[in-house]
Amino acid sequence: MLAVLHMAARPNEQIPASDLAKIYGVSQHHLAKVLRTLSMAGIVESTRGAGGGCSFIGDPRKITLFDIISLFETGWPASRSNHSGQRTDVSEEFYRVIAEVDRHTAATLHSVTLQTIINNASRTARRRAERTLDAG
Amino acid sequence: MTAVGARARSERPDSVSELVIDLVTLEDIPAIVAIDAEITGSKKADFWYGCYARQNSNHKSKFVVAKMDGAVAGYLIGAIQAWEFGSPPCGWIEVIAVSPAHRKRHVATRLFEEIAEYFKSNEIHTIRTMLHIDDRQLMSFFRMQGLTAGPYIELEMQMD
Repeated sequence: MLAVLHMAARPNEQIPASDLAKIYGVSQHHLAKVLRTLSMAGIVESTRGAGGGCSFIGDPRKITLFDIISLFETGWPASRSNHSGQRTDVSEEFYRVIAEVDRHTAATLHSVTLQTIINNASRTARRRAERTLDAG
Repeated sequence: MTAVGARARSERPDSVSELVIDLVTLEDIPAIVAIDAEITGSKKADFWYGCYARQNSNHKSKFVVAKMDGAVAGYLIGAIQAWEFGSPPCGWIEVIAVSPAHRKRHVATRLFEEIAEYFKSNEIHTIRTMLHIDDRQLMSFFRMQGLTAGPYIELEMQMD
């Protein structure tokens, strides 16, 4: 997710995968698999060779956090209505609470686009700079 | 920026310069009823006339409309509330809507900025709202404005 946001915040840059792996402390092997999934979804593009790298090609105003997570967590949030095992009033109530949590989580992730994260981060940085100036 | 409370018009010298934000008038209510009916599928004239009447009697409440070429493009009701649910004074956005015919023209953003300025001019530094969990479009809008989940949570129970 952080790698996607990193690229989305730099829309015209080719970023070497090795740089992303280093910045976010993940193995290049793992990152390659992630980038392949993102590429198949039409979100990033990889260019080989000198000066090559990964670049963001999606629309950050339309891609939500849910869209990205669901690429890697297929079937999430899982339906708990057909859970295995004996159904009891207590288990039904427990799964109702879990479904409540899932519903809130999904609604939040659906409502936040990559552009929202980027804009709000810029707004926070701007306000922090203003406060620093005021304090000085 | 012009405070809404001053009942003065606010315009922008950019692509939305034709947009005018002003306090609601009685003549605007039929258009608001129609826009709301178009969006929600139910006509609630009594409710909207009631909102109009309340904003005339409650000086902490602002009911504003956005107009384009004289037509109502959107509307917002904001109110300063203190100590409800134990909360210190904050500015509530109770209603915000844009006519489907006027979307993608920053109407909601201008309405939001206008009420935010009104709240600020009244020493209010927290904006709060409540919306349906499945209203992704509206939740995305508020997120884009910088609103995040706050320290309160709505709970309810069916009284069957």
